[in-house]
Amino acid sequence: MIETSELAQLAGFLAASVRVATPLLLAGIGETVTERSGVINLGLEGAMLAGALASAIGASNAGPWAGVVSAMVAGALVAAVFAACVVFAMVNQIVAGTSVTLACIGLTGTIYRQTYGAGGVGLSLPTLEQVALPGLSRLPVVGPAFAQPTLTYIAVALVPVVWWGLYRTRWGLGLRASGEAGSLARAAGVRVRLLRFWATVFGGALGGLAGATLVLAQVGTFTEKMTAGRGYIAIAIVVLGRWHPGGVALAALLFGAATALQFLFQSLGLAVPYQFFLMLPYLLTLLALAGVVGTVRAPAALAVEE
Amino acid sequence: MSEPVLELVGITKSYGPVHALRGADFMLRAGEVHALLGENGAGKSTLMKVAFGLTRPDGGRMLVRGRSVFPRSPRQARELGIGMVHQHFTGIAALTVAENIALSAGWEVRPARLRAQVGRLMERVRLPLDPAARTGDLSAALKQRLEILKALAGDATVLLLDEPTAVLAPAEAGELLQFIRGLAAAGRSVVLITHRLEEALESADRVTVLRSGRVRLTGAASDQTPASLTAAMLGTALGSATVARRAEIGDRPVRLRCIALDLLREGGHGLAVRDANLSVAAGEILGIAAVEGNGQRELLRALAGIVRPLRGRVECDRPVSFIPEDRTTEALISELDLTRNLVLGVGRTAPWVHGWRLDWDVARQRTEALIREFGIRAPSAGVTAGALSGGNQQKLVVARALERLPRVIVAENPTRGLDVQASRFMWERFRDAAANDVALIVYSTDLDEILTWATRVLVVAQGRVVSLPADSSRAQVGAMMLGEVAESVS
Amino acid sequence: MTRWPLLVGTAALLAGLGVLALGLQLSGYDAALALAALVQGSFGSWYVISSATLVRAVPLIVIGLGIAIAFRANALNIGAEGQFYAGAIAATWVGLHLGGWNRLLAIPTVWLAAGTAGVLWIVLPVWLKRRFGVLEVISTLLLNFVAESLVSWAVQGPLQETRRVYPQSDPIAEAARLPLVPGTRLHLGFFLALGLALVVQYIFRRTIWGFDLLATGSGPKAAEVSGGVKVSRVAGFALLWSGLFAGLAGGIEVGGVSYALFQNLSPGYGFSGIAVALLARLEPVAILLTGVVFGALEAGGAAMQRDAGVPSVAVYVVEGVVILVLLLAEAALRRIRSAVVLPEAEAGPA
Repeated sequence: MIETSELAQLAGFLAASVRVATPLLLAGIGETVTERSGVINLGLEGAMLAGALASAIGASNAGPWAGVVSAMVAGALVAAVFAACVVFAMVNQIVAGTSVTLACIGLTGTIYRQTYGAGGVGLSLPTLEQVALPGLSRLPVVGPAFAQPTLTYIAVALVPVVWWGLYRTRWGLGLRASGEAGSLARAAGVRVRLLRFWATVFGGALGGLAGATLVLAQVGTFTEKMTAGRGYIAIAIVVLGRWHPGGVALAALLFGAATALQFLFQSLGLAVPYQFFLMLPYLLTLLALAGVVGTVRAPAALAVEE
Repeated sequence: MSEPVLELVGITKSYGPVHALRGADFMLRAGEVHALLGENGAGKSTLMKVAFGLTRPDGGRMLVRGRSVFPRSPRQARELGIGMVHQHFTGIAALTVAENIALSAGWEVRPARLRAQVGRLMERVRLPLDPAARTGDLSAALKQRLEILKALAGDATVLLLDEPTAVLAPAEAGELLQFIRGLAAAGRSVVLITHRLEEALESADRVTVLRSGRVRLTGAASDQTPASLTAAMLGTALGSATVARRAEIGDRPVRLRCIALDLLREGGHGLAVRDANLSVAAGEILGIAAVEGNGQRELLRALAGIVRPLRGRVECDRPVSFIPEDRTTEALISELDLTRNLVLGVGRTAPWVHGWRLDWDVARQRTEALIREFGIRAPSAGVTAGALSGGNQQKLVVARALERLPRVIVAENPTRGLDVQASRFMWERFRDAAANDVALIVYSTDLDEILTWATRVLVVAQGRVVSLPADSSRAQVGAMMLGEVAESVS
Repeated sequence: MTRWPLLVGTAALLAGLGVLALGLQLSGYDAALALAALVQGSFGSWYVISSATLVRAVPLIVIGLGIAIAFRANALNIGAEGQFYAGAIAATWVGLHLGGWNRLLAIPTVWLAAGTAGVLWIVLPVWLKRRFGVLEVISTLLLNFVAESLVSWAVQGPLQETRRVYPQSDPIAEAARLPLVPGTRLHLGFFLALGLALVVQYIFRRTIWGFDLLATGSGPKAAEVSGGVKVSRVAGFALLWSGLFAGLAGGIEVGGVSYALFQNLSPGYGFSGIAVALLARLEPVAILLTGVVFGALEAGGAAMQRDAGVPSVAVYVVEGVVILVLLLAEAALRRIRSAVVLPEAEAGPA
């Protein structure tokens, strides 16, 4: 006979997996579109951070949904700066992305201190409610996983939408062509630069949204550098998911589960220093990257400057 | 008398100091196949680029069915009914055949509808191809089919074909030319850009010859002979293409040998070369005749020691110099200066190397000397390699290869993209090296070049090395290149 | 033409400062006051120059040199921060145990340990790249976070001070501490950095290995096919060396400045080091200059926080903008260069 407490733990683990996976999924889907067009955006981490801060400011002024919108705008702006440098001026993408993130860390830290002073924003932010899906949320064990903030449902809905956009529309074809061979796509009449620019901005907007998820649907507050590398993990997830929306969703969930393990272990009372759980996601990502790359083909024009 | 569908009048175009076109005229009539002949650099490609909207001319007029217009982009050209099949494949490797057609034709990507549309196109034009096939996996001939389908998908009534037979074996080329005649019979008009006389004479209704940017000759193909065309193309009459064979070298030392070589394909799937045996002696220039993709690339690279064989052995007298086909990515580093490029290619035995130290003064002086010796047009040794023109880059590559004082030279299409003079310069240097006891093995896509300059010729077909009986005719060589006589060299 | 890098560098720096001033003003800070504090805190007096600016320049220079080695071969080590911490951990652990040693022996031992730790921290990304083709950008980046967690664990666990009050280590033995220039806080590490810059400059300019790095970075295919350079091996070694330098920087920081290990020992040296190297266009001697400039920024940033209430992370904005401006200038330069192509020989008689 399975103990109800164990069932409850399992339910909590599943719910936590989905929760952790959401920002990664949002950022991952966005970066998938970006990379499919041929651009690798290491500034995604910066966009996420900017989105997180913007969501805190927006929410404290006009409610959680204003925060969501501000976050997307902030993320899009960060990505636009990066995209302008990389698509139009043809600057090295890796270095440009890293510097954009660097600048965002500085900007968010500065603006945050100025806006909220030394004490920080605290737990005073209006947050997003959980929405329980009727019926599904009453299932045993998996039920709690179906009671998530709206943003999670948006993230999941994005997967088929983006898939359809990439594979069933003409501009999706043009986008994929841009990511495979920019000059050939251009010769075929595709507006390569424009597509890459907007694909990157789109990715940044979703990255900002991911930041909003962290603040408004999970932690409930903003702290400096709170993204803790999730933007980079999202990039790794794109590789794991083989640049395919469905694969990215799966990879995000896997990653969420791996991270949620730490809560499971803690509730089981294992005496492992918490720092090792902090390390776990990054190490797992590394291992997973090793296991996947080699059997997989990246978009051929990724990070090629032309 | 059929109406002109395309007319170009007095077209001039310069790229900086280079005059590509100096007032060229061209007229294409409805339902005809019109061959546009000329040597490399004569202006044929430029003229057609103007017609297809890839380039704006400096002067002149263009008329499409009587209407005066210059297409500003390929898209506009397509709207005018002009389609172009390029020399280099423009299909995107990772996409399927259907997706590539949809991309260039601007069709919807709904799978069922797309499949139907593509199927209809293939039927109408009688060029079948698997729509779900991944473009990168197709053979050269099939890739070209895709190019033609793409051009015709846009309902092109005028088709411009840029050197379409360059990558085809003789029999495949014949099929293509028949297909082109069929298109013309069905009412389309075709421009066939080529530098091959027989093609023009056999398949075209009319021919036009360009030389140095001007039209030298235009008229019915039936009125022309190889001699008259050659005279127009080169300006001087040349003897008929020689298939001179020279006797074996005798008992000179063998410098390069391979035994029972099996080589993997560059992409990794399957064997590119099977049981290859050959040897090259000092003083020989061994010519390799092959159609692209038959394994000669892998073979040459294995002989040069760049890739390791799967099975078998390569014995080579060092030092060996390798001249790769792709100058700008595999031979030279464009952003570095000439001195550094020289140092790159000469290696550890160079006079400017002392243990782990490099003496740049010595290297620079030597580079300057080589620039003078080889007549490389560069203001100094400090110029970046990317600033040199193609011909001068190749001169540098050959100079560097010789600077190594090699015993063996392996050259991969060394005259690609070079004009007649630069090509001749290259071959003369090779001849000099051979006279100095170097063993050379040279692959070229220009069969006539091989037959003219090599002391011995081998054919590589479908991964096997085939020897050439003395006094073989050009047609026989072509047949062997297709693998019709599949006997290995023993 | 040789004035060009200096001009561009200065322009980039001014642009960065400009953006900072604008951002500060928009955020409600007194930009003038902040910038004044910045300058005072970096160049205000000899003592400030030697003990604030130059001291902070040391890790930047050492890391920057390592980054230059790697970037020259187009191997993008973004994990210098983590390698720095690895070196700091090793240096602390070793330094705690060198009580009775002679200084002449203790100091190199600490450095050796720190450098080795840095190499070990980058070994995994190097292997992942060679064996599986994993982008070193991502793998080195991820390990930064792992290193930070490791430090956190170390200073709350095995390396924590004997009093067990704060998350920091005991101070390292006297013998392991670097001697100071009297009257200042400038330590031996500065002179080591000077020496290293000269050595790396020589390597780049005059040795075969230095040339191999350049060829690998600017034309890997040509280097492989025409130069016989084993590109992946060269890039791998370049990464290992850059890990060594970054780890060494951590050891120098522990031995010369902090004498102990604690969290946030590095205010982002690993990332600023990249900016230092890029601003100097990977030229080792120029890295000395840019290292000092960024050291000034960091010192000034601390003063800015103290005297004008501006969070010191604001200097990251300057760094980010500097790199971007530089990249844009470089791209523009490339565009101009590629438009100039020399002609073929004059066409002969047709």
